[in-house]
Amino acid sequence: MSLKTPPPALEAPIKSDVVTILEPARGWQPINFAELWHYSELLWFMALRDIQVRYKQTVLGLAWAIIQPVCTMLVFSIFFGKFGKIPSDGLPYPVFVFCALLPWQLFANTMGQAGSSLVTNANLLKKVYFPRLIIPLAAALSGVVDFAVAFVVLLAMMLCYGIVPGWAALTVPLFLLFAVTAALSVGLWLSALNVQYRDVRYAIPFLTQIWLFVTPVAYPSSMVPDKWRLLYALNPMAGVVEGFRWALLGKAAPPVGVMLVSFVATLVLLIGGLFYFRRMEDTFADVA
Amino acid sequence: MSDLAIRVENLGKRYQLGQRDPYKTLRESLSGIWQAPLRRLQNRAASEESLFWALRDVSFEVKRGEVVGIIGRNGAGKSTLLKILSRITGLTTGRIEIHGRVGSLLEVGTGFHPELTGRENIFMNGAILGMRRAEVKRKFDEIVAFSEVEKFIDTPVKHYSSGMYTRLAFSVAAHMEPEILIVDEVLAVGDMAFQQKCLGKMNEVAHAGRTVLFVSHNMAAVETLCSRAILLNQGLVEFDGSQTDGVRHYYDAGQETSVEGVYIADEASLRNARAPRIAKATVTAEPDYKNGQFPIGAPLVFEVQCACPNESVMPSLGIAIENKRGVRIVTLHSKCAPHLLARSAPGMVSFVCRVPKLALAPGQYVVKLGWDDDGEVGELVENALTFTVLPSDYFGNSGKRVGGVVLCEQEWRMVPPSESLPASDRADREVRREGAENEYVEMAPRRA
Repeated sequence: MSLKTPPPALEAPIKSDVVTILEPARGWQPINFAELWHYSELLWFMALRDIQVRYKQTVLGLAWAIIQPVCTMLVFSIFFGKFGKIPSDGLPYPVFVFCALLPWQLFANTMGQAGSSLVTNANLLKKVYFPRLIIPLAAALSGVVDFAVAFVVLLAMMLCYGIVPGWAALTVPLFLLFAVTAALSVGLWLSALNVQYRDVRYAIPFLTQIWLFVTPVAYPSSMVPDKWRLLYALNPMAGVVEGFRWALLGKAAPPVGVMLVSFVATLVLLIGGLFYFRRMEDTFADVA
Repeated sequence: MSDLAIRVENLGKRYQLGQRDPYKTLRESLSGIWQAPLRRLQNRAASEESLFWALRDVSFEVKRGEVVGIIGRNGAGKSTLLKILSRITGLTTGRIEIHGRVGSLLEVGTGFHPELTGRENIFMNGAILGMRRAEVKRKFDEIVAFSEVEKFIDTPVKHYSSGMYTRLAFSVAAHMEPEILIVDEVLAVGDMAFQQKCLGKMNEVAHAGRTVLFVSHNMAAVETLCSRAILLNQGLVEFDGSQTDGVRHYYDAGQETSVEGVYIADEASLRNARAPRIAKATVTAEPDYKNGQFPIGAPLVFEVQCACPNESVMPSLGIAIENKRGVRIVTLHSKCAPHLLARSAPGMVSFVCRVPKLALAPGQYVVKLGWDDDGEVGELVENALTFTVLPSDYFGNSGKRVGGVVLCEQEWRMVPPSESLPASDRADREVRREGAENEYVEMAPRRA
């Protein structure tokens, strides 16, 4: 027994009055926000880890956050804007698309990452306890960095086209939050489902693709006939994307109706997702 | 009441068995919805068999400052119990009351990311173990010093040697200060020195007045560290009392219920096999050890039955003995006996291999079986057999544990410094001379 360094001295155990009761889970449990707050540091660390690790050992690094939307924007501008002559509410088509692509990619990436987060972190689930909600939350937080980087490019583009945002631009953080929440609420469902049904892994790319078409990224939502407009707005991203365009590009009237419906749809998804997640939480370690 | 740390009442944990995969596909579940009423009825009948109680009616109380060893065979429910107490998995029945902050250590280095530096991983791992950032910051220097990786603290841990990695991971865990510590034996990884360090740390924790639950197969550690032992057997508490009695019960129970040392192939798979299949295998030791537990050096006898459906393939059989860490100690192969290579009629062929002298160190061993036809592998059965070698005084070494994977005869001499020849030369010659003598003695009967 050779100890080079003396073992650290232990302090006397701190007496606390924490009493934990464990009982079989019955039915639908509420979220324990106090506990979630207690683990907020872990949330921060995990989000930080995701960010730090994401572009490790890549040549282009964070540039990927720009390359992806810019390339998509170019392709869309050429095929949909130039050849397809798709209307863009009187705005230059490239800016029109790029402004929508940013929240869209934030949503798509976050949804995908949150959706697969529990399975990717299965080793954690099986070895340590912490509120499982931290994992998809961290995945959702970490996506914002990519968004911020690409946002700079958007500002530069707007400058080139001579578009100056008005006061409405101050609402951008709100729409950002809206987009992350929408992604998280879908991600919660997907992640909890993914633990039990690995079908989700194959469904996510497919879902993302379909979702892009039903979101007004490449086209304005004004293309959708009026009678379908509210149904269309059930897609949370319809409200988010229209909101971004309104806030940054100064489209005439704010699409209040669409946004309201989208918001309510997100809220329902989120609350449902939280409860479903909570219900499945206890079994994650057994089936992950 | 205030000195109560943990109270477990009628704890039960049920798992569903018999599913091909632990997770379902969405289709299975969706079709289940349509046929719900009927399916549920059918399931109820079938489910009784496929339900498995990992723990049943487990009740006990732990007082503040007690150090309790949880012992039992593999599959007795020890790990399940720890997982429930550390809230990793839910419980099916019962109630648990825990007074105080719980820190659980089921694995060292959980959440370590290879791309992050040692420094970043310390904070990350600390947060995962439930330590506050300020707490980690305060102990940071201590943690680094304990791990002995100061120089590489800003290097990504993927460049660490496995020893450095484990040391760093362990020192983070060692600086947790929960009121109740739950430790699985996964701690006993790494080299001897590191294991000693872990146990030393455990010992210190145990004496600092903390409540500790400690799962281990290392009975010596349980006896020295713990003041009490709970023996689990097939999900039930079989014994709860002093650690010495607990360890004795553990050994006694092992004698009766052990199914070590026997392998029987799944019958369905044998029925339609076209190629030879290993049907049954046993390992025993002479003179009469049949329960898979042998003292050091007892002659081992492997008996393997191969079902050969036709004579086109005549397998030669390999038996590999590995220790618990997956290190292969020895391979026995029927190729080494050329007279066995003749093809025989179809039917059940029995291979018997006797190993007269194999002095494995005390511990658990795993046997891998396989047959091949002229080097082409036909079937490989991992973990076919397990057996345990118990300490005994085989080589007159009075059962002292000195490490290593095998024991051997050893002859020692000491040359006092007063003799004029350089000691190494002399010793060398002495040994050689003795070796020659031994050889002569052993060869003698053969010459005659």
